[in-house]
Amino acid sequence: MKKIVIVGGGTGGTILANNLARRLATELASNQVRITMLSATDKHMYQPGLLYVAFGRMAAEDLYQDQRSLLEPGITFHVDPVKTFDLEHNRVETQAGVSHAYDYLVICTGSRPNPESVPGLAEHANHVYTLEAAQKTFAALQQFKGGRVAIVTGVPHKCPMVPLELTFMMHDYFKDRAMLDQVEFYYTYPIGRLHSLENVGKWAQREFDKLGINYETLFNAKEVDGAKQQVHSEEGSVLDYDLLITVPPHNGMSVILENELGAGGWIPTDPATLQMQGTENVFVLGDTTNIPISKAGSTAHYEAETLGENLSTLVRQGTMVRAYEGKVFCFIEAGKDRATYASFDYLHPPQPQSPTQMIHWFKLAYNKLYWNSVRGLL
Amino acid sequence: MSDSQRVDARNSFCPGPLMELIAAMKLAKVGDELEVLSTDKGSAHDIPEWIAKVGHELLGTREEDGVYYIQVRKSK
Repeated sequence: MKKIVIVGGGTGGTILANNLARRLATELASNQVRITMLSATDKHMYQPGLLYVAFGRMAAEDLYQDQRSLLEPGITFHVDPVKTFDLEHNRVETQAGVSHAYDYLVICTGSRPNPESVPGLAEHANHVYTLEAAQKTFAALQQFKGGRVAIVTGVPHKCPMVPLELTFMMHDYFKDRAMLDQVEFYYTYPIGRLHSLENVGKWAQREFDKLGINYETLFNAKEVDGAKQQVHSEEGSVLDYDLLITVPPHNGMSVILENELGAGGWIPTDPATLQMQGTENVFVLGDTTNIPISKAGSTAHYEAETLGENLSTLVRQGTMVRAYEGKVFCFIEAGKDRATYASFDYLHPPQPQSPTQMIHWFKLAYNKLYWNSVRGLL
Repeated sequence: MSDSQRVDARNSFCPGPLMELIAAMKLAKVGDELEVLSTDKGSAHDIPEWIAKVGHELLGTREEDGVYYIQVRKSK
């Protein structure tokens, strides 16, 4: 029997497990293959929904489904996260002390926001990367009486469109409340343009200039002085704020660090095969890789589809058949009722189009369709 | 130069070479040398600009077969 162990039950792990279960249905039914998922939780969160929670447009209950209900019946699922990776002996050991042997291991434990890495940021800034934080951000927006809203983005971060989306959506939020004359938006970004994708940055700059949104580039927060309501940057500037919004820096998960699988919790990964560097039978998906690509559900989705095909042919034929080509597709909310998108891969940059209401509606539809996507039906 | 100090950002549009370097700098110790590999010609300008603004040290840049190699030292 070939044993495939998937560590992590987020977007990448769930799509992969379902993809494999369909491709290897015959082998699963005849006990020639076992697919085991080890996760830290029995709930699956639709993380992009947190952005909408911060504007009161999605509720907490819209974000969650039971993880087991998303998985094909042949998949063995345990809420028992891995504690120790013994790659030399092809085994992992869980927190409950259970040892799982594998022929193929897939690590997709994800990332976590780490605002604590910038002094003062966790205490004084609002963000949208946990349910509690998104709800707190909504309360802060509701209570805001006017002044400067500063947007500060850490490195690395998950979902690279969020800095722009938050800014556009806050603009429309205050516009709807007839407060635009009382609010100044001050967007900062770590590199020398408004977005890492050059074409998206150029588009955003035109939009910001049109909307009167101010910006500063080459701004990396060093510390936040809550008493003075100031952010000091690594580059030497000082930014005053009345309301501080952050896209916090992220780390990989602590289990990756504790097992010394990669600096920062990011595992060195081959960009084409998704194999952990130096291994043949260990693969990495999504945020957990160190591949220089967007940390986003879309990335994990396309990687998982490639890996599903490759793992199934490895099981059947002993060979992989496809390379991951860096495909990513990201929606970009450009306010409360307009959106565009960026589609790109390792060799082709995106060419974002003007935002439309139809793309915004499609994003809202995707917020529901996600549950079919993660089941591997889309 | 060890692999752990090499930031291979070839074919990276997002987050891109400079963002990858900023992330790597956060993990590095003062005095560490890092080498960025980039296929984005803008990096040859953007990275030295950021290095100078923050106060790190630019050790050298070269281009070979369409790949830019930019060496820096973390100074603070």
